Amino acid sequence: MQTLTQRLANPTRFMELSARLLPWISGAAAILLAYGLYLAFFASPADYQQGETVRIMYIHVPCAWLSMMIYGLIALSSFGLLVFRHPLADVSAKAAAPLGAAFTFLALLTGSLWGKPMWGTYWVWDARLTSVLILFFLYLGLMALRSALEDESAAAKLTAILALVGVTILPIIKFSVDWWNTLHQPSTDFTSTVDPSMRLPLLVMAIAFTLLFFAMHLKGMRNEILRRRVKALRTQAVAGRDRLAAQAANQGAAE
Amino acid sequence: MDLGPHAAFIWISYAAVTVTITGLILWLIADGRKQAADLEALERQGVKRRSAAPGVR
Repeated sequence: MQTLTQRLANPTRFMELSARLLPWISGAAAILLAYGLYLAFFASPADYQQGETVRIMYIHVPCAWLSMMIYGLIALSSFGLLVFRHPLADVSAKAAAPLGAAFTFLALLTGSLWGKPMWGTYWVWDARLTSVLILFFLYLGLMALRSALEDESAAAKLTAILALVGVTILPIIKFSVDWWNTLHQPSTDFTSTVDPSMRLPLLVMAIAFTLLFFAMHLKGMRNEILRRRVKALRTQAVAGRDRLAAQAANQGAAE
Repeated sequence: MDLGPHAAFIWISYAAVTVTITGLILWLIADGRKQAADLEALERQGVKRRSAAPGVR
């Protein structure tokens, strides 16, 4: 009896399954995003302290959540590659890295734009902000390392090692607001620290962004599988031509 | 809709997220089309994957 991961280890089966799932996940993300935006702008109040700027929270928090979740996914995929040699693990890690970098960039940017009116500054070198900036550089490092190496197998392994070493940043980001004095607010407890009128839009936007990421990740993985097939076919075509040329040369020499 | 004195910060935040995510989606779609076209071109030339099932990409 094969497990789900074993069944998905076959790229052709993954392509079939992802082709069926992708429209549903994308559609659900689009509907939830539209509903979340409606709630964020028209059905939630301004904050008694932060005023209207609290509406930045509905995009900042999902981006920040995804920046960490995607890195966790990359670390898990890297573990899958190094330990189990799962054929799709590297495809998953490679497809997730640019998405993670984009969401981390957005978390930093929207946080900065929220910080200026609330804290009076776009940026401070406090623990939370600095650790998220390091996470952003880690994403860039993963992509740079992969593109710097021509041997794809070596690039995959080295990138996986870097991703696993870098995973230590996740607890530092998570607990930075508890371990150090920072300008950033403490961790959000959905059940007690967020008013119900703001909890629903935040939750809907968080789910919408998560589904949006999974849709983009599936599409990125599909693209990467196709890219690898193209590369393999080109190598196969070149090898075939070389073989024919060698045969022709041998026949010529024999005659 | 009146977003108060800090409206610009709110609009720029939402615009940045919209532009970045739209850009990512367009890039993924364009990349997918390019890979599919490259694969099709190779298969038209007679180069076929040994493991390919008919009609499955």
